[in-house]
Order: sequence, then C-alpha cells, then structure tokens
Amino acid sequence: MPDGFVHAHASHCESGVMSSLLRHHGLPFSEAMAFGLASALSFAYLPFVRINGLPLVSYRMPPRAIIRGLARALGLDMRFETFRSPSAGMQRLDALLDSGKLVGLQTSVYWLPYFPPDLRFHFNAHNLLVYGRERDEYLISDPVAEMTVRCARADLARARFAKGVLAPKGLLYFLETPPAAPDWVRLGRRALARTARIMLAPLPLVGVRGMKLLARQIERLPLADGGERARLYIGNIVRMQEEIGTGGGGFRFLYASFLQELAAKTGHAALDGLASRLVEIGDRWREFALAAARMIRGRDALSPPALAARLRALAADEKFFFQSLHRAQREWAR
Amino acid sequence: MRERDVPQEGNATLAGHRKGVYAIADDGRLRLVSSRGWEVEEIVTRQAVEDLERRAMRARARALSGEASPLEYHMYRARMDVELLSQITGLWRWRVRRHLKPAAFARLPPALKTRYAEALGITPEALEKVE
Repeated sequence: MPDGFVHAHASHCESGVMSSLLRHHGLPFSEAMAFGLASALSFAYLPFVRINGLPLVSYRMPPRAIIRGLARALGLDMRFETFRSPSAGMQRLDALLDSGKLVGLQTSVYWLPYFPPDLRFHFNAHNLLVYGRERDEYLISDPVAEMTVRCARADLARARFAKGVLAPKGLLYFLETPPAAPDWVRLGRRALARTARIMLAPLPLVGVRGMKLLARQIERLPLADGGERARLYIGNIVRMQEEIGTGGGGFRFLYASFLQELAAKTGHAALDGLASRLVEIGDRWREFALAAARMIRGRDALSPPALAARLRALAADEKFFFQSLHRAQREWAR
Repeated sequence: MRERDVPQEGNATLAGHRKGVYAIADDGRLRLVSSRGWEVEEIVTRQAVEDLERRAMRARARALSGEASPLEYHMYRARMDVELLSQITGLWRWRVRRHLKPAAFARLPPALKTRYAEALGITPEALEKVE
C-alpha cells in the first residue's frame, strides 16, 4: 500500500488522476496543468458515433489523450498493462499495491456502485486511482468524488473488464520512477500551439468548424414529432458540456485556469488576459446550456434556430480567441 | 463564472455528492469550487435517464403482453441498446434483435441465456421474468 497518499477533488477524471499521481511522486502538478499541457481542450462533433441514437459531441480530446499526452510530454517512466482475464488483472493490481505502488485504472462508470445511480451510464473510459486494499475492498481515490471511496473486489473487476466501445481490458498504469521537473516554457508553448491548431483545423468535424456544422444540424432538427427528438438532441449536447465532469462550460474554465497558472509559472503575462477572455467564452457556453435546458423543460418555446445562432456566435468567439492564442504562442520569445 | 455565482441548487441526480467546477475567486484567480449542482444539469441528466426508463417500461409492457421477450426489457433496464448488448456478448446484432422476440428467446440454449445474463449483470433466472 502506498504511503501518505492524499486525495484531491477534481472536475475531470483523467486530468485529476494524472495530477494526483504526479503529486504523489513529488511533483506538484495541478489538474488544470495536466489538462492544458496535454492539449486536452477541443471540440468535436462525430455524427457517425451514436450513443442511444444521438451523435457524440465532445469538448475535449479523446479518452486517454491526457494520460498518454502527459506521459510523452514529461517523459514519464510510466507502465501501461492490459489483461486477458479479470483474475490476472486483479492479481496484478494486488501485487502492485502490496509493493507500495499507487495504481491508476481505466473503468466503466456503469458498474461502479459508489456512483450516483442517475450518473451510471455505459461510459468505459473513466479513470481512478487505487491506493490500498483492506481484504476484499479496494480504497479508491476517484478524482470526481469529494472524498475517497471503497469498492468491492467483484464490482471493481466488473468495471475494469466491461466490454463495448473503449473497453478498458483491465488497463492499469503506474509510475516506475519519480518524474523530473519539467521545462514549463517549452512544454507550455508546444501545448498552446497544438490546441490552437486543433481548434482552427481545416477539418469539418473538429474545432470551430465542428461547432458551425453542429449549429447547422441543430437548425435542421425536425419538429414534426412535437420536438421530442430535438429536445433529446440538444439535451445530449448540454450533458456533454456540463454534466460529465468538465469543470463547467465544456472545460473552458479549466483551460482558463491552466492559462493563468502557466502565466504565473513562466511570467508570460499575455496569457492572463487570454484566460479572462476564455472565462467570458465559458460564461457564454453556460448561457447556451441554460437556454437549451429552458427549452427542454418547456419554459421557453423550443427554437433550434435560436440555439444554432448562439452556437455560431460561440464559434466566432472561439475562432478569434484561438487565433489570439496562436499569436501569443508565437510571440513568446525565449 | 465567479465563485459566488457557482450554482448550489441541490441537483438531485448527484445524490448528495458535490462536483468540482472552476470559478473566479475574489483575488481574480480561477480555482476549484465544490458545487451542489445546477438545475440545467439536472434537467438534461433526468431527460437522458427518463428516456432510458421509458424504453424499459415500453419493453416491459410488450413482454407482459407476449409481443417481446424479457430480454428486451432487461436490456433497456441495464441502460443498454442492441448495439451495446451485441458488443458485450459478442453476438451479431441481427441475432440479438432476433432474441428480442419471444419465440426465438424461448428456444435459446441455456449457455446463450447465461451469456446474456452475465452481460446484463443478472442471474439467468431473473432474465426469464419481468417484474
């Protein structure tokens, strides 16, 4: 069992896990830093990936991007293992805990009993840390939970070996040696460049252009069935933006926090102004969510064109913002 | 969002948990603030859950009237659909769809019923019934 582990509450599971893991190994590292340096902010509208008949809308890079991105950027001596059978996966977890390792796991959300019932969906790329075991119960630091939790062996095995899209296959990961202190300027510049490039990519489904395409889809939602499908469609977008642990405003506030921290660490003050602008954009996203929720509940008349207009305005704001971010990155002389 | 504007509206879907959101504190710095939830989140989460529950209830009525097998009810109750159940069991989608019909379900060998029951996290006996 690892010594002296301290749980920390986070907004997002993957950035939270990496923040706690690095901190435990002696490198102070905030969740926002983990998220930002892994260039995890994004936007994507993927109509061919359907969940309960609704298209996937995401405000971040795909699962595992933070863990693998940070492992690469920081040159971490990290081990990843997957398993054929649950018993092998659980044995290996026990052995690692016995040798004092703090172990990260990828799991399904649905099969974790400590999750609130209404939030248990079949999402297979949740991340958590295991910091100990007492007989058949594992001591778990789930970053999105305020306190540490416990989980029975059979339940944890089930969650680790859930099948379907993004099946974890029992994935566990841990640090072999403590991380070295990073070069914040070099990593920061690279991360900003990457995020700006993704958000401004000349591809129809991602970044600013993805938002515009989604706006067009919203506009065309049929209302012939009394709006039932349109309500589910826009509700799904808001869920991806607010409900699933984004820190609010589809990760925009979290990324703004990263910009503030990077400004403080490196003295590149231009990033502070950019952080304030991104907070304002995050507020606009919250207003979009509020307007959508009011329509879903019938407090306001259902008007997909009105939501599409808000989304287009957001796309324009973000385009301007990420162009500024790109410029700030280039002007950042060493 | 300012720290004092962070919603503390007691979102019921959080079941008493608090979630972390980022907001600007009085010193102008963003920090993690624990939130009891925002009504907007509650609305969209309940909407998604109720959609799944509605599917389960419709399937239940169909199973009781003999139009569908109990498998369809249990599939939706486990918040799955044909696509997901097919991925989990490793069966073709058309086979899963066929087993949603009472006649095909009744002829299933016990091994296949066990496979479905395991995928759904219930016992083979429970799979036979709708409660």
